[in-house]
Amino acid sequence: MATIYIDNKPYQANEKQNLLHACLSLGFNIPYFCWHPAMNSVGACRQCAVKEFKDENDKRGKIVMSCMTAVRDGLRISIDDPEVKEFRARVIEWLMTNHPHDCPVCDEGGECHLQDMTVMTGHVYRRFRFRKRTYVNQDLGPFVNHEMNRCIQCYRCVRFYNEYADGRDFGVFACHNHVYFGRHKDGVLESKFSGNLVEVCPTGVFTDKTLKRHYTRKWDLQTAPSICPHCGMGCNTIPGERYGTLRRIRTRYSGQVNGYFICDRGRYGYEFVNSPERIKDPLRRVSGEGAGPGKYAPFEKGTALGAIKDVLNVSRGVMGIGSPRASLEANFALKKLVGAENFFLGIPDADYRILSLVLDIYTKGSARTPTLDEVESSDAILILGEDVSSTAPRLALAIRQAVKRKSFEAAGGMTIPYWDDKAVRIAAGGRRNPLFILSCSHTGLDDMAKERYFAAPDDLARLAFAFASRIDTGAPGPEGMSPDFKDLTARICGALESSKNPLIVCGAGAKNEGLVQGAANLAWALRKQGKSAFLSFVLPGANELGLGIIGGRPVADALKAIGEQKADTVIALENDLYRSLDKKNADTLLSAKFSITLDQISNETTKKSWAVLPAASFAESEGTYVNFEGRAQRFYKVFVQGGGTEESWKWLRDIMLEAGRPEASNWDTLDGILRDMANEIPVLAPITGIAPPETFRIAGMKVPRQPHRYSGRTAMHADKSLLEPKPPEDRDSALSFSMEGYAGVPPPALIQRFWAPGWNSVQALNKFQSEVGGPLRGGDPGKRLFEPGPGASPAYFAQVPPGFQPRKDEWLLLPVYHIFGSEELSMHAPGIASLAPDPYIALSEQDRLQLGKQEGEYMEVGIGETSYSLPVKPVRELPEGIALMPSGLPGLSGIGFPVWIKKPGKGARR
Amino acid sequence: MFSILKTMWYTFLHMFSRRFTVQYPDERPRIAPRWRGRIILSRDPDGQERCVACHLCSVACPVDCIALQAAEDETGRRYPEFFRINFSRCIFCGFCEEACPTYAIQLTNDFEMGEYHRHNLVYEKEHLLISGTGKYPGYNFYRVAGLAIGGKGKGQAENESPPVDVKDLMP
Repeated sequence: MATIYIDNKPYQANEKQNLLHACLSLGFNIPYFCWHPAMNSVGACRQCAVKEFKDENDKRGKIVMSCMTAVRDGLRISIDDPEVKEFRARVIEWLMTNHPHDCPVCDEGGECHLQDMTVMTGHVYRRFRFRKRTYVNQDLGPFVNHEMNRCIQCYRCVRFYNEYADGRDFGVFACHNHVYFGRHKDGVLESKFSGNLVEVCPTGVFTDKTLKRHYTRKWDLQTAPSICPHCGMGCNTIPGERYGTLRRIRTRYSGQVNGYFICDRGRYGYEFVNSPERIKDPLRRVSGEGAGPGKYAPFEKGTALGAIKDVLNVSRGVMGIGSPRASLEANFALKKLVGAENFFLGIPDADYRILSLVLDIYTKGSARTPTLDEVESSDAILILGEDVSSTAPRLALAIRQAVKRKSFEAAGGMTIPYWDDKAVRIAAGGRRNPLFILSCSHTGLDDMAKERYFAAPDDLARLAFAFASRIDTGAPGPEGMSPDFKDLTARICGALESSKNPLIVCGAGAKNEGLVQGAANLAWALRKQGKSAFLSFVLPGANELGLGIIGGRPVADALKAIGEQKADTVIALENDLYRSLDKKNADTLLSAKFSITLDQISNETTKKSWAVLPAASFAESEGTYVNFEGRAQRFYKVFVQGGGTEESWKWLRDIMLEAGRPEASNWDTLDGILRDMANEIPVLAPITGIAPPETFRIAGMKVPRQPHRYSGRTAMHADKSLLEPKPPEDRDSALSFSMEGYAGVPPPALIQRFWAPGWNSVQALNKFQSEVGGPLRGGDPGKRLFEPGPGASPAYFAQVPPGFQPRKDEWLLLPVYHIFGSEELSMHAPGIASLAPDPYIALSEQDRLQLGKQEGEYMEVGIGETSYSLPVKPVRELPEGIALMPSGLPGLSGIGFPVWIKKPGKGARR
Repeated sequence: MFSILKTMWYTFLHMFSRRFTVQYPDERPRIAPRWRGRIILSRDPDGQERCVACHLCSVACPVDCIALQAAEDETGRRYPEFFRINFSRCIFCGFCEEACPTYAIQLTNDFEMGEYHRHNLVYEKEHLLISGTGKYPGYNFYRVAGLAIGGKGKGQAENESPPVDVKDLMP
């Protein structure tokens, strides 16, 4: 720590930082544009000027850019010096000379960093009377709107898109005062993080195109802290609602999880909440007159509960199917309702085995699961069989930063401070930490990889075992590995051994248990060598790990129970059985006499159930998800959907209360069920402490979901009734559906928006962090459930899987994932759906030639009893004997990967 | 007894004092030009809706009696999908008019808004929108703004140069 003097008062500041960073952390307001805590300084905008003095006798001083000045002991500066204030006002006046007269029609208005900074510097009247420069905009796809006239040339967008996210189809064009930020021609932005441009851009050049369709100002949005439901990363988000529909998602900063950025699936997948397919009332299949497939009639909540109670009373056996996209609370409630022996995890068998294995590894293992923040600090990474960029996009972005981190270290050796971004890039930009990707086919991180190797998952697993046994001879290794692998093993093991924090990433994507075991062995072997090795498993569902912690039996057992007529009632919780199981098995389950489904959106399962209960989506419920690292995080209701919609756990509670079950008697509020869950499941003991309880108040007040400038309160319902309705009461959390309440910075788990006086844009976040770019004040929210014990020394998995044997007449069909398309809920968002690929089958070049098929030519593929006609997509690197098919696309769901499929005869035509 | 006669005397005297009662509605009161009465939405000189649904009136409104939703036509021109003023709440403070960046919302001289039913005081866009420019003739926001809309491309607004040719390297 160094002592710096700001306007003659001493302050403590971090010497490693630049002056702007330090001053903002100290709470001073210095206007800035180009600096960003995640992207550091370039000194492009000249806005953050301060005056530096030689010593206390120096009265003249000199103007310096604070973002390009290092903090050093005894530094004397002035922020309030009249000359420097004048300088900053002039700079913004120049920046504004070409800025259009757009604020009323600009989507950034009201949360615009440029507006804030203009007000902060005191620039009020426009003196420039000449012509304004204009640009032609581009169509950048369904997510990002482009309005180039508003640009102030801060270069943040290119720096994020090209340098941080490694995008290649975006850039800065032209010269002098004509510089243009965009693509070389109109087209969809390729990067899966393009949505972050909306938050990175300090003004309205890049705005949210989905928000534009139902535009609402920031001050009119009702917001609450939430968690992204579209993958297992558990990114923190802030969804916003107005007039009963969800309007947008913004990143909720979390130092340890997602930082400043989220992926486009998380940002734009929210539209499923507004889908016309949403189920809003309890439905019952029409029997007797007017009956038919898909004929449903709504019924009252009370009647529904009564009818379900009657069913439960007469039923021979009730089975509950849990879900990786339902909250911990909902799964727990269902387990309580049906009993532990009748609770089944509604995931495919391969996933079930992998999930059990991962839980086992997390519980007894010695390698720590890294936070995303820690991923960025690892210095050698091995990815085993997972296309991280599609199944866990935010993790892929973190891995990119980890690979590039080497250049910062190298620059540090040349006494270049880490924040001097351009200098770091010029001096050491090419240096990278090693990333090895071992997979079936190409992945989205290939451009960062030092080395790639393509093989069947079984062979990859053997390789992982081989690496482990090389690093620690005590670990079991495969027999008879081909000598070809000797060099590969040496290179990868060498890199891992010469690193400090190696990271092994694996996941459920390859559907291979051996691979998971191999990854664990490898990480444990590295631990034994004294490395602080990280081990990360990517799981598909938002609460997949949570579902595993709740614990239940595999679905295969449920099918058996139905077959043996031990049960005749099935309760499916937020689970489309036709996605989790193949058609035959889903049909079997739904052939139960009574099938009751709780879900948000109409799907195959709800269309075949006896009764459907409308479940609240993530934005309408309170609950807890456990993310891939084992971090339990709370999400809150953003709004109340109305109609018959109810949170799943409340439906289940009400059914239990109706049936007179005492277990649910304490579940009056969320805290009640949390307490029961924490008492019953030891791993979940910390979950009561991850967020303040319902009784939490600040100065006697709740935390308001609506901003203090929320408008239209007395007119928004006036078309229906002049009697203003009482706002809904939230009995489950310390947040209220009102604009009244505590207006300051709430505890981190309750941060519902980033706003501070004078800081209307998302940059107000500076005021919520204990140090800019660091953890939130009060610590990052969420609690990790698994920490390796200090002396953990797990026994290695001993069984090395046999190598992959290609078959002559069959392929092993494996899934391939798409960020847009493979996830269920986000596919109901029109933007995401428009970017999802059409179904296809990927064959190796060799197989394609053997079949005599052209690229795109259709081919019949029989899987089980279903036959698909799919275009052929050649994938050059695909190992022999393997075919790939996209996972989860509409029309391709419910395939139980991995599965052997028959090769068609040579030259067979459609 | 005396006090009764005294009050009668005073009442009698009032018959000769100046009358303040205005015989409304037979006699119209004088309304100042800047009177803040019934709120209207005006059109620009080209006959298009002036309101661009920026939400500034609704946020300025101290009683929160304005609610609207923005929408965009196929050319990118923004307009309110609905625009509702609850006049049973309105205090005619005129903040909305001050906040309006396009002269769309204006307070007029009309104060005769009595209704037998309160819900008739809820005015939707069709009740608010007039066919003229109101108090401020001549101003058209889109002629000044940089946003391209139907009939006005980039660089065609007032004080704008033609769009930059990105491929041009001339100084």
